[in-house]
Amino acid sequence: MKPFTYERAASPAEAAAAARRHPDARFIAGGTNLLDLMKLEIETPSHLIDVNGLALDRIEATPDGGLRIGALVRNTDLAADPRIRRDYALLSRALLAGASGQLRNKATTAGNLLQRTRCPYFYDGNMACNKRQPGAGCAALGGVTRQLAVIGHSEACIATNPSDMAVALRALDAVVETVAADGSTRAIPVAEFHRLPGDTPQHETALQPGELITGVTLPPPVGGRQIYRKVRDRASYAFALVSVGAVVQPDGTARVALGGVAARPWRVEAAEPELARGARAAIDAILDGARPTQDNAFKVTLAARTLQAVLAEARS
Amino acid sequence: MKFDKPATLNPIDRLRVVGQPLDRIDGPLKTTGQAPYAYEHRHQAVADAAYGHVVGAGIAKGRITGMELDAARAAPGVLAIVTAANAGPLDKGKMNTVRLLGGPEVDHYHQAIALVVAENFEQARAAAALIRVDYAVAEGAYDLAATRDTAKKVDQSATATGDFAGTYAAAPVRLDATYTTPDQSHAMMEPHASVAAWDGDRVTVWTSNQMIDWGAGDLARTLKLPREKVRLVSAFVGGGFGGKLFLRADALLAALGARAAGRPVKVALSRPLMMNNTTHRPATIQRIRLGAGRDGRLTAIGHESWSGDQEGGGPETAVDQTRLLYAGANRLTQLRLAVLDLPEGNAMRAPGEAPGLMALEIAMDEMAEKLGMDPVAFRILNDTQVDPNDPERPFSQRQLVECLRQGAARFGWERRDGRPGSRRDGRWLTGLGVAAAFRNNLVTQSGARLRLDRDGRVTVETDMTDIGTGSYTIIAQTAAEMMGVAIDRVTVRLGDSSFPVSAGSGGQWGANSATAGVYAACVKLRDAVAQRLGFNSADAVFEGGQIRAGNRSADLAEAAGPDGLVAEDSIEFGDLAETYQQSTFGAHFVEVAVDAATGETRVRRMLAVCAAGRILNPKTARSQVIGAMTMGIGGALMEELAVDTRHGLFVNHDLAGYEVPVHADVPHQEVIFLDEVDPISSPMKAKGVGELGICGVAAAIANAVYNATGVRVRDYPVTLDKHLDRLPALA
Repeated sequence: MKPFTYERAASPAEAAAAARRHPDARFIAGGTNLLDLMKLEIETPSHLIDVNGLALDRIEATPDGGLRIGALVRNTDLAADPRIRRDYALLSRALLAGASGQLRNKATTAGNLLQRTRCPYFYDGNMACNKRQPGAGCAALGGVTRQLAVIGHSEACIATNPSDMAVALRALDAVVETVAADGSTRAIPVAEFHRLPGDTPQHETALQPGELITGVTLPPPVGGRQIYRKVRDRASYAFALVSVGAVVQPDGTARVALGGVAARPWRVEAAEPELARGARAAIDAILDGARPTQDNAFKVTLAARTLQAVLAEARS
Repeated sequence: MKFDKPATLNPIDRLRVVGQPLDRIDGPLKTTGQAPYAYEHRHQAVADAAYGHVVGAGIAKGRITGMELDAARAAPGVLAIVTAANAGPLDKGKMNTVRLLGGPEVDHYHQAIALVVAENFEQARAAAALIRVDYAVAEGAYDLAATRDTAKKVDQSATATGDFAGTYAAAPVRLDATYTTPDQSHAMMEPHASVAAWDGDRVTVWTSNQMIDWGAGDLARTLKLPREKVRLVSAFVGGGFGGKLFLRADALLAALGARAAGRPVKVALSRPLMMNNTTHRPATIQRIRLGAGRDGRLTAIGHESWSGDQEGGGPETAVDQTRLLYAGANRLTQLRLAVLDLPEGNAMRAPGEAPGLMALEIAMDEMAEKLGMDPVAFRILNDTQVDPNDPERPFSQRQLVECLRQGAARFGWERRDGRPGSRRDGRWLTGLGVAAAFRNNLVTQSGARLRLDRDGRVTVETDMTDIGTGSYTIIAQTAAEMMGVAIDRVTVRLGDSSFPVSAGSGGQWGANSATAGVYAACVKLRDAVAQRLGFNSADAVFEGGQIRAGNRSADLAEAAGPDGLVAEDSIEFGDLAETYQQSTFGAHFVEVAVDAATGETRVRRMLAVCAAGRILNPKTARSQVIGAMTMGIGGALMEELAVDTRHGLFVNHDLAGYEVPVHADVPHQEVIFLDEVDPISSPMKAKGVGELGICGVAAAIANAVYNATGVRVRDYPVTLDKHLDRLPALA
């Protein structure tokens, strides 16, 4: 770990100002991912801005009937909130499918959105990785790729986003609220929040340097049956091979987002009408253009079968 | 004490303490954090220990052409940097295939090439990251399947009995199938860790090691020191599974670092370094051919296995159980070994049998199906009570049939539907599976020293280790039984090379051999007590803290006198292991559920029935077996070191990537120990169970998955991608 300096910010404005003063600073909240990465020197900030004191730990109703989730709401608290469980069960279920109880107690809403890939080559400093060192190449391509992306990847990167929560937020059309280093605020639809790798896999989100997530808003409840199905090799405490987050309405229409297949939660709204023709047709449309490797080709079949099971469960 | 005749009645048979399900005596120390593991060692001699951080090679094979150390040397807190260039002449341990400190040649990925010693851990790690290494990469062989044809025959474990080829070719019912098992990592909780301190030319290393004598010998050899200059202490071990049988880089580098820094140094391997730096269970490719008559009797049994290792290494002896498990007049077993430049392969829990049974016991399931027989009945029909290669040689005890019968009755095996893919429970396809368990019983010379104090307290000292298995407890039970004192009057001190050399913990030989060594020392102490107090030791009874004969009795404390009474002996085994085949047996029954949509397998229930001689402590033995069953779930369903065959490394080298079972994977587990005493094995009449418990588990699970799905998977781990595209279409 590189030596770093540390400060506690008391307000978003103060955090933004601190970020301005320290261009290579990182915000730290739960630290469940950042600290591991710093120990491995994959993240090497010279300064940490602790945002835990920012009072962004509440879940509040919005005027339009939705909810605003503070950036610092812990995953455990978010999953257990009665309003979330009643109106956004998909989000609660996705959160509880991730990590462990101990990690969820520490991990925050904003931190979860910013967790980095679990690609094993990203974690090994001897292996080429364009995320760690832009231009170095990608050792994962042509290597062990069973866990990695089947769609949206590039010649520069085949990593996946590991978040379960983000899959639910994508299906629920959540919006990420931020404050920039200059104090200005903006709202970023979660659909636009995570970026595909292209030639710049080191840029993973739409955030600008120093921009701080202050919260996530959920639109008014959409009802329906809300199911999160995470498929993995062991029963708990593993990242998804494939996950399906779905909101299925009584009329059979549905929203579907997939985890474990790409560098961002994968949802294709234009493909959702295909659900009327069954899960396989829908997956063919949702994963149109997929380029799986030999190791992870099963993910396409798995996604189709999992979606089919989810739709059957929703109908039952 | 020489043990060369079957045991007769002895004080152990009283079973007042031995055989009782006592809590482990070291439990309170562990649960209150007072059992110091190697890295936590608080001995005064290491109070000012500095911290070492190991640098692993960034390539699998080649040569270091340059190493830039200046930045690291100048980093805050750095005291010393050890590399092959400045470590002085080093030998290689007898038990090590590959040098523990690499450079300039690199033999495998993450081979240690440097140790950075600094005032604190963070400084050492940060400085280590500043070291720049240039390499000339050499071509290496990393792919077992690709090197299969270059593999050489190995004499070890080879069998050629009768006419295998002819009988197999003529057999009315035949199976010829190939199975694979992956490289596996021990993934024990406590990483390899050591603290070393020099006193002049003597070094003491507090470490985490299963085999103190091997470790001390190899540390002395590697450092080119006389053996008596080296002391190894390993009082508590947080899991080993074979990964800590040998001297490893942590201990050697702690000693070298302490010498270079001029003060004690502690070193723990970081988790991401462990999978490639240490040893692993090698992958295998196994071809099994079985021939049988229509009556279900096996006539031809052929088992060949291919594995790879570094030059000078050994094979995974995956055919061993096939020499002894089933009857059949015509037999072939053969190992082949390829040279691979992956990290060193070596023992992991039940080496040989664990991967061997993963293949053989699927083959038996497949053969039963071909014959239209129940898999339990098929195994029972092919039981043998003698060594099939030498019918004059009986098993000392062999209750495989009883294990299968009791297990089948207990598990409700009769409810199994022999038509695969026919049982359903909601979204789950369910199935039952069975496999035989077999592991040889090895016996090894083992010594102990006993001291009787004037307050009647007995202290046992032996370099035996407790790797979480319960050695402290069964040794205390043995001494308490033999000396006729309550168990809380016994103190057990383990894991110190200044104590008598024991069997150590490995190959499931520890419990039986080490307690037999304590037994031998107890016999000597009883004699000394009797003699000192004027009893005829043959007539004397030791109980209630007293020695008694006829109407006379005396407190043991009297015999101790002010200076105490010390006795030391070791058990030495004669040729009973040659006259008799000594093995442990069991049967595993498993119910699984496979998600009809996703193909995920979850184990629902497990039963192990074990016949392993006298069970010294049913509680700690059960812990051993359920732990082994859990490890079997891992082997069946998830554990695999993923090989990058271009760069020559195990890619998933941390506990996020190398998945082992978590609580949610482990269902109800039941263990039955058959009532068995084996007077051939030792005066304790016990055998090992710690490895028997894993043998066959993975195959039972794989067979249950087949029974559930109708899709046969012959490549471990049985992950969903291997059967997903062959599962029934969804409604």
